Amino acid sequence: MNEKSDVKTLKRKPSGPNDDKWVLRLYVAGQSPKALTAFANLKKICEEQLEGKYSIEVIDLLINPQLGNEDQILALPTLVRKLPVPVRKIIGDLSDTERVLVGLDLLHVG
Amino acid sequence: MIRKEHSPPQATLQKSPTGIQGFDEITAGGLPAGRPTLVCGSAGCGKTLFGIEFLVRGATLYNEPGVFMSFEETNEEIIKNVESLGFDLEDLIKNKKIALDHVHIERSEIEETGEYDLEGLFIRLGYAIDSIGAKRVVLDTIESLFAGLPNQLILRAELRRLFRWLKVKGVTAIITGERGDETLTRQGLEEYVSDCVIVLDHRVNEQTSTRRLRVVKYRGSIHGTNEYPFLIDETGFSVLPITSLGLEHIVSDERISSGITELDKMLEGKGYFRGSTVLVSGTAGVGKTSVAAHFAEAACKRGERVLYFCFEESPNQLMRNMRSIGIKLDQWVGKGLLQFQATRPTFYGLEMHLAVTHKAVNAFKPEIVIMDPINTFILGDKENEVKTMLMRIVDFLKGNQITALFTSLTSTESALESSDVGISSLIDTWLLLRDIELNGERNRGMYVLKSRGMANSNQIREFILTDNGVKLREVYIGASGVLTGSARVAQEAHENAALLRRKHDIERRKRELEQKRKVMESRVAALHAEFRSEESEALKNIETEQDTINLQERDKIEMAVSRKSIMEKRKPKKHIKL
Repeated sequence: MNEKSDVKTLKRKPSGPNDDKWVLRLYVAGQSPKALTAFANLKKICEEQLEGKYSIEVIDLLINPQLGNEDQILALPTLVRKLPVPVRKIIGDLSDTERVLVGLDLLHVG
Repeated sequence: MIRKEHSPPQATLQKSPTGIQGFDEITAGGLPAGRPTLVCGSAGCGKTLFGIEFLVRGATLYNEPGVFMSFEETNEEIIKNVESLGFDLEDLIKNKKIALDHVHIERSEIEETGEYDLEGLFIRLGYAIDSIGAKRVVLDTIESLFAGLPNQLILRAELRRLFRWLKVKGVTAIITGERGDETLTRQGLEEYVSDCVIVLDHRVNEQTSTRRLRVVKYRGSIHGTNEYPFLIDETGFSVLPITSLGLEHIVSDERISSGITELDKMLEGKGYFRGSTVLVSGTAGVGKTSVAAHFAEAACKRGERVLYFCFEESPNQLMRNMRSIGIKLDQWVGKGLLQFQATRPTFYGLEMHLAVTHKAVNAFKPEIVIMDPINTFILGDKENEVKTMLMRIVDFLKGNQITALFTSLTSTESALESSDVGISSLIDTWLLLRDIELNGERNRGMYVLKSRGMANSNQIREFILTDNGVKLREVYIGASGVLTGSARVAQEAHENAALLRRKHDIERRKRELEQKRKVMESRVAALHAEFRSEESEALKNIETEQDTINLQERDKIEMAVSRKSIMEKRKPKKHIKL
């Protein structure tokens, strides 16, 4: 995903029929290296762990700064797990896969 | 309070006025414009309020919108909290004068995975600033981030970047920080914010608490370095830059009556100087308050405003007591010319008293201030501090051309001339009331110990409380010293008797003289009469004699005539012959 259009096309791309659907939101600021790394890492993990039952929404705060307030975003990039509840936040470029899995509560799933 | 005009300091350093009472005076204009300022202090010392007031005043007085980013309280809580101070944040938010942003960070919800930065915070803050065109920003308390974000290295780097970014944005910012053990702030924020550092303090001393403010550092500007007491009350923050006043009071030649005619006479017949400081000291029960009440009444009669601080009696008790000597203060309270401020000295700390005095004086704008009595302050505090406080009060009152009258209770052990609180050097006119014990009686005496700038009487007068107020009587100097009370009455009677005797004496002498004069006059009259009778007799005799002489002459002539012819015929012949 090198283009912004790529980011958009990925939005809720794989929406499976499962009822335990994962809704993830990734907050970034522009196309910074950290943002790109984070997105790549996230996509990889999701494909491995949640194939077909997740959706990712990427929000660029440089374009829509007011959207950051809802999820109390300070650090960037931040991944927010909207569903399933409870809401979880993972900050950083998601390069530490194990911690991402812990943060998403996916360790036992996989 | 009259604000002193400060000459604009350095043209290079722009200042952003806070609008906080007194604070702009000690910093000569306010906070450094376009730079961050660190406000730190322990919990409950008023950091948040300082920030909010800075924003509210900026929005309402200086048309500078502001962003309040809170890391602790929610927007609703903040709005509620400052409502009691009369700040309508909701209205300001609606009018886009102030933006509140509550940043909440929960450690337990956050997992760190790799590299990140706080760009999100920057974006939020930037968005808030741009949305209302903010010139002022408050971050309260940014140190909460340290609890929420585990990676301190990143956090510190980002904070440094944030403060730099704020400077670039050109907003005047206040960053609050919790006080640490050794450092000014727990996380050493003072490292990053180095332009201006303000420390707030809330100290409890002898069970009374005082809030103080100190400007620790202000790069590129002069500032007051003392600890200034401040108040938080229904009108917000107020700092008291008392010591910024100097000995530059305007001096008045106007004289005002003390309310006691005889006392005025002792002071060149005119009374005190306007704007001077009068101390009435004396032992218990000598009538200090009565002197004060007289002064208050006289001022009210002239239509001046009087602020009466009573520290020992309630206003009602004082008014009742003064009625007994014929001073009716109630009416002046009713007319709004006299205002009482009754507080126990132990109610607040000294600084707080000072602050309350300032506020009350500024609000009521009196011509006369009476403090009765001042020495109760030393109950809980050090004498030195009391002196400093009184000096500040005297300075403040003089600076405002307010005539002050203090009363002071002298304890019987110490010398009468030593005022307990050691403020004699601050006093312009010092009246001393003292007991004179003589002949098994205790009477009151009064004299003017000093009165700067006037020829005052050196006499001790007896001080009498009558139904019509205070009267001063001449005292008598007897063989055993001054005579007062019944001794004076006896002496008076004695002198009256002597006087009467002398008067009688004079009367008697006058009468004697009159009699002598009468005797002399009657004698003169008798002599006159005798003389007149002798004179008339003599004249009669002379007349008779004259008649006789005339008669004889006539007879001679007749006789001669009868023989004349002969004589005459003979005569010519004789002639011819000759």
